[in-house]
Amino acid sequence: MSPSRRDFLRTTAAATAAGLVLAGTGRAETAERAARLTNLVSPGDPAINELLMKALDAAKSAGADYADARVSLNRTQAIFTREKRVGGLSDNETFGVGVRVLVQGSWGFAATNELTPDAVARVARQAAAQAKASRAAERRPVTLAPAPGNQKGTWRSEAKVDPFTIPIEEKVQLLLSVNAAVMKNPQARFVTSNMFFLKEEKSYANTEGALFTQTIFRSQPTVTVTAVSKDFKDFQTRQSTDIQPMGRGYEHVTENKLEENAPRWADEAVQKLSAKPVEVGRYDLVLHPTHLWLTIHESVAHPTELDRAMGYEANYAGTSFVFPPEKMLGTLKYGSPLMNIRGDRSQPGSLAACGWDDDGVQPESFDIIKQGVFVDYQTTREQALWLDWYYKKLGKPTRSHGCSYSQSWADVQFQRMPNVNLLPGEKDLGWDDLIAATDNGIAIIGEGSFSIDQQRYNAQFGGQLFYEIKGGKIVGMLKDVAYQMRTPDFWGSLDMLGGQKSYFMGGAFNDGKGQPSQSNAVSHGCVPTRHRQINVINTGRQS
Amino acid sequence: MSRPQEPARVMSRDEARALAKRVLGFSTANETRVSINSGSRGNTRFAVNQVSTAGDNTDTTVVVRSVIGNKVGSASTNRLDDTGLKGVVEASERLAKLTPDDPELMPELEPQQYREGTSWNEGTAGLDPAARAAAVAKITGAARGAGLVSTGYLETTATAQAIANSKGLFAYNRDTGAALTTTVRTPDGSGSGWAGATSNAWDKIDPAALGARAVDKAKRSVGAVAVEPGRYTVVLEPTAVGNLVQLIAGSINARSADEGRSFFTKPGGGNKIGEKVVDERVTLVSDSFDPETLGAPFTADGLPTSRVPWIENGVVKNLNYDRYWAKKQGKEPTGVGGGFFSGSLAMSGGTETIESLIAGCERGLLVTRFWYIRPVDPRTILFTGLTRDGTFLIKGGKIAGAVRNLRFNESPIFMLNNLEAMGVPVRVSSGESGSAGGAIVMPPIRARDFNFTSLSDAI
Repeated sequence: MSPSRRDFLRTTAAATAAGLVLAGTGRAETAERAARLTNLVSPGDPAINELLMKALDAAKSAGADYADARVSLNRTQAIFTREKRVGGLSDNETFGVGVRVLVQGSWGFAATNELTPDAVARVARQAAAQAKASRAAERRPVTLAPAPGNQKGTWRSEAKVDPFTIPIEEKVQLLLSVNAAVMKNPQARFVTSNMFFLKEEKSYANTEGALFTQTIFRSQPTVTVTAVSKDFKDFQTRQSTDIQPMGRGYEHVTENKLEENAPRWADEAVQKLSAKPVEVGRYDLVLHPTHLWLTIHESVAHPTELDRAMGYEANYAGTSFVFPPEKMLGTLKYGSPLMNIRGDRSQPGSLAACGWDDDGVQPESFDIIKQGVFVDYQTTREQALWLDWYYKKLGKPTRSHGCSYSQSWADVQFQRMPNVNLLPGEKDLGWDDLIAATDNGIAIIGEGSFSIDQQRYNAQFGGQLFYEIKGGKIVGMLKDVAYQMRTPDFWGSLDMLGGQKSYFMGGAFNDGKGQPSQSNAVSHGCVPTRHRQINVINTGRQS
Repeated sequence: MSRPQEPARVMSRDEARALAKRVLGFSTANETRVSINSGSRGNTRFAVNQVSTAGDNTDTTVVVRSVIGNKVGSASTNRLDDTGLKGVVEASERLAKLTPDDPELMPELEPQQYREGTSWNEGTAGLDPAARAAAVAKITGAARGAGLVSTGYLETTATAQAIANSKGLFAYNRDTGAALTTTVRTPDGSGSGWAGATSNAWDKIDPAALGARAVDKAKRSVGAVAVEPGRYTVVLEPTAVGNLVQLIAGSINARSADEGRSFFTKPGGGNKIGEKVVDERVTLVSDSFDPETLGAPFTADGLPTSRVPWIENGVVKNLNYDRYWAKKQGKEPTGVGGGFFSGSLAMSGGTETIESLIAGCERGLLVTRFWYIRPVDPRTILFTGLTRDGTFLIKGGKIAGAVRNLRFNESPIFMLNNLEAMGVPVRVSSGESGSAGGAIVMPPIRARDFNFTSLSDAI
């Protein structure tokens, strides 16, 4: 890039930035001020591509065999209210560049919030130096599987309404109306309601020619009602788990009718105060999709991550019982034949949907468990080659499933789960059908407490609402319920599941993994399930 | 060869003051607060006995809080050019104009006097990727030599924090953190041992010693046998004690207690300040200026931090009052930023060692650390989680061998009521994720009737 071209970009970029931030102020930026700017670019600006190329050039000059660079602007908005008060209102943005390099089979990564050509070149050199420093004599070098398909273009979440275009007053008023609707119930003494929105504009390039830009939206409204007993000896909460976080726009808020649902959440919180404590024992569990998604996340999605299985996460997130691969792939009986699990990043509105992963790979949908048998792991370009023998045996190409992700420009990408979904059953059953078919059981709605061991065998899950089922009918509410399970036994006990009409997508913004810990946003589509004779404990201890 | 790295870049006091002044210069609100967080993080991960990834990043975030009339808005950015800074002030003020009045609004503080923070360490700030790789090699080499497989994480942070407001308050602090943790496993996955340490000063961390401890535990944990779940006397290493005692932080808020939704709520109303809740040997203190628990000299809203005993001789002495709730209840605000999370917590201890705690145990379990600890019942601070990476059976005052891991459902409050004996407190790795985290100092303890509810197959 010639100096004159660079100056041109700098001026254009400054004007664009000023236009974005200062729209409506009517104050023109002077050329003098523009010249003082240190951050030169905004999303969509051609200068970003120039910066990406600068990073890749600098990395190659510093000895990189492969490099990729990501520039992202991550905007979030958070609104917190409690009762009649707005407790917090903030708009946040973080903008920067991260450069990853591979030097003689060793990774390096560096990142900065300074978006200037000099700074970008500096971090690229820093990443290369670090890769060299990390290299040791005895080691297995990193190699990358090919990235098939188109690697150029743009992708955007299927958000109908950009949440950042909705006036803040409208959002605040909605939340305060929700709180008022809750507090009409005198025993629902406390209520918090929040909204969180994200818009990420992410540009990526690598030394193999990939160059694309993606715009990602995420939205979640949440309401939590707390009921307190008159004698101050008990309190119970109800979270609005029937509304899950989604990769959608503001339509996710409006379509979910918070005000209409608020009185029910209040009633349910109050009912929990007088619910019957559960008797410990074995029960048939009927699990609602608003609850089950988290059980799938912990007991199916995490153990089928290949890096965990191979020991790469042993120091924090843990390893996996799905190990070693050569004894598990195509062999391990994970659950009942009703169980079919797929990895997917294409479903509209899902949190892990994207056009390309952070390796520059177009993701594919892939089977993880077929009719109860484990058939594949989640992979990145680095990992796919570890299973080369297996894919060759199957006669399939060895390619990444597109599971590379980083939470921000400041963090290095690594293997993160796509949406991992439980496929609907063939019979067109729904929630009520499963209840009606159950003689002595507990129905659980909404995610609650959750914990699982570092190899994903032993888990314990609570919930939001628990109902006693007798003779095919719900006969009353229970409290202090948690179930304990061993993963293959739990999924082996699956004997009924819902059909397509009962499919629902739950998920989380904050799936933690890695060191430093990074958050992944992921959805889990699923249907209601029934599991026979699961161990239930009572959590309401007093001493 | 690697080229020399730039030293960790954090903003100096003068740079922070100048940046804050620029931001305040754009403000038109009645009151404005600027919070600056600037710094860098370097990390090296290792797996299968070699470095797997590494990362270095630098960033500076500016948070603006604006008050217009009785309305409050907030916005943040890391774009430090005039456009970015002016934009963040305007965004904050726009939000403030559009929100309803805040009945709990507290005025910005007048200028305060602060003690100088002392948690900056040049050795930590200067640790470059080559030095990190050399430290890691001491562990991977030991593990490889023993025929074992090491995985782990080394992190250093160097940050500067500053607060300035439109009333002339200015506060500045810089600190460093270092953490090294490792999990060593047998190649067949039949044994696993963990060791870890954190400090603001890198030279207080001994990579070779950590590696040796994890290697030893990995070897000794092979061949674990099952024991029946149930109530056991436990000897908890300091890290395991820290895993559980820190959980009390989530309930330490005075307002939640006064509102009837906390363990610290008194039945019938009010809170438990003045009541005995745990064994009288237990004292829990946050003190940012104790050399063992160094933390920030000021809170997020600019109050000077002070020594706060939460529990003294088993009795609740303080709950965390923010400025609004303190005023409403006629109390002084607590000089910690968000309770224990100001980054410092120390528990009292005794004179015992791990060995003597074991020797004093007829039958029980020795626990290295806990994992996936999540709330179950906030009324009793009851949590669930599992043992991990070094769990052993004690018989007749001696370690009898490795046992399979177990799930617990237990409250740190119950545990500290069932206390038998305590050892000498030490700084522990504060979080499950192995990041530098807060300065947490805990003793090893022996406690009876610890509640294990199921067995895990996980190793």
